[in-house]
Amino acid sequence: MTPAPEDLSILVVDDELAVRDSLQNWFMEDGYIVATAEDSKSALAQIKEQHFHIILIDIKMPGMDGLELHRRIRQIHADAIVIIMTAFASVDSAVEALKDGAYDYVCKPFDPDALSHMIRNAARQLELQEENISLKERIKNLDNIDDIIGTSEPMLQVLEKVRVVAGTESTVIISGESGTGKELIAKAIHMNSARRFFPMVTVHCGAVPENLLESELFGHERGAFTGAQYARKGKFEMADGATIFLDEIATISAKMQVELLRILETKTFTRVGGNREIRSDFRIICATNRDLKEMVDKGEFREDLYYRLNVFDINIPPLRERTDDIEPLAHYFIEKYAQQMNRPTSKIGRGAMNALNQYTFPGNVRELENMIERAIVVGEGDTIRAKNLPLRIDSTAPGVESIQDLEKIHILKILEKYHWNVSRTARALEIDRVTLYNKMKKYAIQKPGA
Amino acid sequence: MMPVASTEIVLVSLQFDHDLLMEEMHHAIQGETGIRTRIDECHHDIAPFYDAGRSQYNADLLLKHLDDYYPRDETRVVGITGVDLFTPILSFLFGQAYLGGKSAIVSGFRLKNERYGLPPDEELFQQRLLKGVMHELGHSFGLKHCVNPDCVMVASTYVEDVDHKNSHYCSRCRATLVDLDCIPGHGRE
Repeated sequence: MTPAPEDLSILVVDDELAVRDSLQNWFMEDGYIVATAEDSKSALAQIKEQHFHIILIDIKMPGMDGLELHRRIRQIHADAIVIIMTAFASVDSAVEALKDGAYDYVCKPFDPDALSHMIRNAARQLELQEENISLKERIKNLDNIDDIIGTSEPMLQVLEKVRVVAGTESTVIISGESGTGKELIAKAIHMNSARRFFPMVTVHCGAVPENLLESELFGHERGAFTGAQYARKGKFEMADGATIFLDEIATISAKMQVELLRILETKTFTRVGGNREIRSDFRIICATNRDLKEMVDKGEFREDLYYRLNVFDINIPPLRERTDDIEPLAHYFIEKYAQQMNRPTSKIGRGAMNALNQYTFPGNVRELENMIERAIVVGEGDTIRAKNLPLRIDSTAPGVESIQDLEKIHILKILEKYHWNVSRTARALEIDRVTLYNKMKKYAIQKPGA
Repeated sequence: MMPVASTEIVLVSLQFDHDLLMEEMHHAIQGETGIRTRIDECHHDIAPFYDAGRSQYNADLLLKHLDDYYPRDETRVVGITGVDLFTPILSFLFGQAYLGGKSAIVSGFRLKNERYGLPPDEELFQQRLLKGVMHELGHSFGLKHCVNPDCVMVASTYVEDVDHKNSHYCSRCRATLVDLDCIPGHGRE
C-alpha cells in the first residue's frame, strides 16, 4: 500500500516566498508533513537534521543552485526522491538533473493535477524502494545461494519465495524453461531448510529409462531382476531425513505417477522384488519445464498427483524476461571460468555486452554460461569481444513466426548435420541429452525411417 | 478555534454576477453547516489582483485582501468569483484557503460546462460552486483532504472530480469539525 500522506515528509526549497507558502499549503491540505527552505544552505542544514522523503528543489536560486544542491543531497541522503522545479527556459538543466538521478522535473507554473499525480507516484516509488530493500535484507539471510546470480525484480521475487518455503515441509514445484536454474533453486530451498544436514537426493526422471526408474526410486532386493546381484537402496530410501529432487517430473509414466501418489500419501514403499515395507521421511521438490496444469487438462498427468505436488510453486522467469541479470551473470561466469582455466580474461567489451543484452537466450542461463566458457577458450587477451560469442542468429524460414517453430527447424538442422547422433547434436545445441530428447518428443521429431 | 455561537460565515462577491445564486448558496451553506451566514453587499475592486502576464487573478493576494478587509477572528469569509485564479506555482485553482485560515476564495470560472464544450447547465454549476465553497470552508476550519470518495473534502483537480463527490462532509470530517467546535453538533448528517 502506498504510504499515507501523514507518513511522508516533504521539503520545498525555493527562494520565492509565494512559491514556498503556496506549495506548503497545497501539500498540507493533502496531509503531508511539509517544511520549507529559502536557499540551498538552509535546505542542507534541515536535511542533515531531519529525514525528508520527497524534496522539491527550484533550479534557479541565488548562491548554490538547485543542481548542485541535488548533487549534495545524493551524497547525504541517496534514497530521497528529488523533484526539480524549473521554468520552461531551463528545461535543459532539469534534464541534466534527471541524468544525475533526480526522480522527475516539473515546469512552473504546475498543473494542479500533474503535481498531485507526481507526488502520488513519488510516494509509490518510495514504497517500492522500501519493499526492495526489505526483500534484499530478507534474502541476505538465505545461505548457500552464491551460485544464484540475479538482482532483477523477478529473481528477487523467486528468492523471496525460496525464503518463504524453505523453512516449511511443503512440497514444491519449480517450473521454468530449460536452463533457467531450477536445480539451483531446489538446492537453495534444501540448504535453507531444517533438512540441510542431509544431502539433497536428485533424480533426473527424464534421463532414467522407464523400466529402471522404479528400481532407481524405490531400490530393489537381491535377485529382483536379471543382473540384480545385490540389494540396492532407492532414492526415496536415501532421502530419509533429507530432500528428494525429482527433475523433469512431467516425463514419468502413468504407472509411476500412481506409485508416486501412493508414496506421497503413505511415505512408505517396498523395494522392487521385496515385501518389507520401508518408511522414509523425505521432502519432495519437483521441477518441470512443461505446464503441468495443461498436461492435467489434456489427461497426460494425474490431477490428484498434480494437486499433491503443487502445494507451493515457484516459476523461474526465462533470462529474456530479466535482462537486468545478463550482465552480472556474464561477469560471474567470466570470473568462474577464467579462474578454472587459468586464463587472464576478466572483462567483457561493450560491443559483446550489447550483443548479449539483445540476444533472446532460448537456452537461458545455461546457454549464457556455455557462451562465456567458449568465449574464454577461443578469446585472446583479457576482454571478451563480440566475435568470440557464439550467438545463434538464425535466418528465419518464410512463414515461420513463432520461437517454437524456429527451435524445431534449428534442432532438425543440427540433427541432420550430425547424422542424427543425439549426443553430438545436444553438445552442439549446448543443451543436455534429456532436454534434446524432450524437445524431439515435443516437436514430434523422428529420424527418417525410424 | 472560535466558539460556534459567535462564528459567522460571510459570503462576498468578487466580481460574481449571479445575485440569485449567491442567495441560494447562502441558504445552502447555512443549512449545511448550521452556522449563521450572510451576504456582504460591499463592492470589492479586484482589478489590482489581475496579472496581465497570465491573464488570471492572483488567489494568494485576494485571500490576503479578504483577511485584511474582514479582521474579525470569528468570521469566516468566502469570496466567490467568476474570474480565473492562479497562484505563482499553480496554473489554475478552483479555490484556495489556508489551513485554519480566516478566508477562502472559490472561482466559478472553470466550473461551467461551457468551458469544456458542453451545453450550459446552471443547476450543475450551482452544485459545483457549493461543493467548492464547502471544501474551502472545510480547509479554513482546519480540515485536510479526505479519502472518502463521497466527502466534499476529497481533493479535486478536475471538474469531473468535483462532480463525483457530494456537497456534504462525511461523518468523520463532520465529527472533526464538531470536536474542533467549528460547527454545532446537531447539524445535518
